[in-house]
Amino acid sequence: MCGIVGLFLKTPVLEDQLGLHFARMLGRMASRGPDSAGFAIYGDPSPAGWFKATLQHPLETYDWAALGRALEAKFGPGLRFRTCSTHAVFELHAPEPAVRLFLEQAHPEVTLMSAGTRMEIMKEIGAPEAVLGRFHVAERSGSHAIGHTRMATESAVTTLGSHPFSTGLDLCLVHNGSLSNHSRIRERLRGEGIRFKTDNDSEVAAGYLTSRLRQGDTLSEALEHSLDELDGFYTFTVGTRDGFAVLRDRIACKPAVMAETDDYVAMASEYRSLAVLPGIAQADLWEPEPGIVYSYSRAA
Amino acid sequence: MSSLAENPQVVDLSRSSVRDLNHALHQLRPGDELGEWHVREPGGAHAVACGLTVPVKVVVEGPTGYYAAGMNQQATVILNGNTGTGVAENMMSGFVHVKGNASQSAGATGRGGLLVIDGDAAARCGISMKGIDIVVKGSVGHMSAFMAQAGSLVVCGNAGAALGDSIYEARIFVRGKVADLGADCIPKEMGTEDRAVLADLLARAGATYPPEQFRLYGSARKLYHFHVDHLSSY
Repeated sequence: MCGIVGLFLKTPVLEDQLGLHFARMLGRMASRGPDSAGFAIYGDPSPAGWFKATLQHPLETYDWAALGRALEAKFGPGLRFRTCSTHAVFELHAPEPAVRLFLEQAHPEVTLMSAGTRMEIMKEIGAPEAVLGRFHVAERSGSHAIGHTRMATESAVTTLGSHPFSTGLDLCLVHNGSLSNHSRIRERLRGEGIRFKTDNDSEVAAGYLTSRLRQGDTLSEALEHSLDELDGFYTFTVGTRDGFAVLRDRIACKPAVMAETDDYVAMASEYRSLAVLPGIAQADLWEPEPGIVYSYSRAA
Repeated sequence: MSSLAENPQVVDLSRSSVRDLNHALHQLRPGDELGEWHVREPGGAHAVACGLTVPVKVVVEGPTGYYAAGMNQQATVILNGNTGTGVAENMMSGFVHVKGNASQSAGATGRGGLLVIDGDAAARCGISMKGIDIVVKGSVGHMSAFMAQAGSLVVCGNAGAALGDSIYEARIFVRGKVADLGADCIPKEMGTEDRAVLADLLARAGATYPPEQFRLYGSARKLYHFHVDHLSSY
């Protein structure tokens, strides 16, 4: 099953309440995915030359300050970090590939959940309401967020197998559905140098988008290519630095409902999640058409 | 439960559960003073007014989730809002009226009764219908009337791809464009009996289009029995 939601604010009016509304939306999808939950939230951008690395360690007692000192020893002083349950968000003035390589080699005990100037991905196993509480999602501000509640079918219930999956800097994907040709595509993408952390089919979809974007596709083009190459059923929601996109496969078994007002565009697996949003009674409501990419951006 | 006890004919689903609502409706017996029930604040809840077996009228004010008015027998259920997957699925008799849009699989496997959708219906409307009549005043999505066995699907707008795939003896009437027809579904001449069926359904649904504007589709009956020449169609 699984539940997915996305909330993109078209104007700054509701930015202080992004987390509040988003958490209520995701909470309504707990019945579709009680195993784990995760989200990507897009907050204030890092200064030029800086980026945010969201890291995870299974223990809340992990010594993030020590990791911070190690990063400063390697990349110079001045980093900032804050902890949030099993995660920590580091802001660094350093090249992202070098930081990623350093962490993999020197600190394999931590997992890099996401990197980007605005995006933070956090996810954990457990009831979605509990996960939302652990990460204080309702208190967060920002311009947009996407989230997922998981009922695992293709791989084990683990933190790394939870969604969203990062697909590149400030890019991530949540998926409701199941892919049947993920093994073959995973092997092909490995040949291109894309690395996978799990046996999860949705991670392959994320890797596929990463591959297409590296080859020069726009996000919409990458999603349109996925219609021909990813075999299975899916509703995808993709978070970008400035917006989000939604795609259903051509059979469109997996549900999706969208709503738009002057202030926001929202999507959810079921209307129940949209029902909690302000002004929903006056919103334009529709189901995304099969095989059509819907994308929204403040820059557009 | 308190709102049910205080006023059994108005149920606010922001204060009562769907289980309480359906349980109360299931207690009604033929011959009871059935009255009219109003359901408020459904908030997209699933399985609202399911499994009714008596000719009660239930009006739901707002959007409903999956399987609204499912398995209906005899009851009249008015849904004033959009509704989710599988509205009126497996209906046996009665009347369900969606005054909005319906998600996929509207009227799936229904055996009788009339389902009217004022807006559009998404994919697979009338999938495996077995005697239900469905009138959609807007358009229907792809794979509608897939494996439809009996009953009529009337579409006042357009129909999506693969209409009537593997159809048996149901009738499909479409007023607008058909993206394409599914396996074994073909246009047919509309006979006197077909026209009468269509006119009756349009009248009962409150649709004023003349029957002459519709085209009839049905089964070519080539897939009833296995034939190696049709292998690619199975």
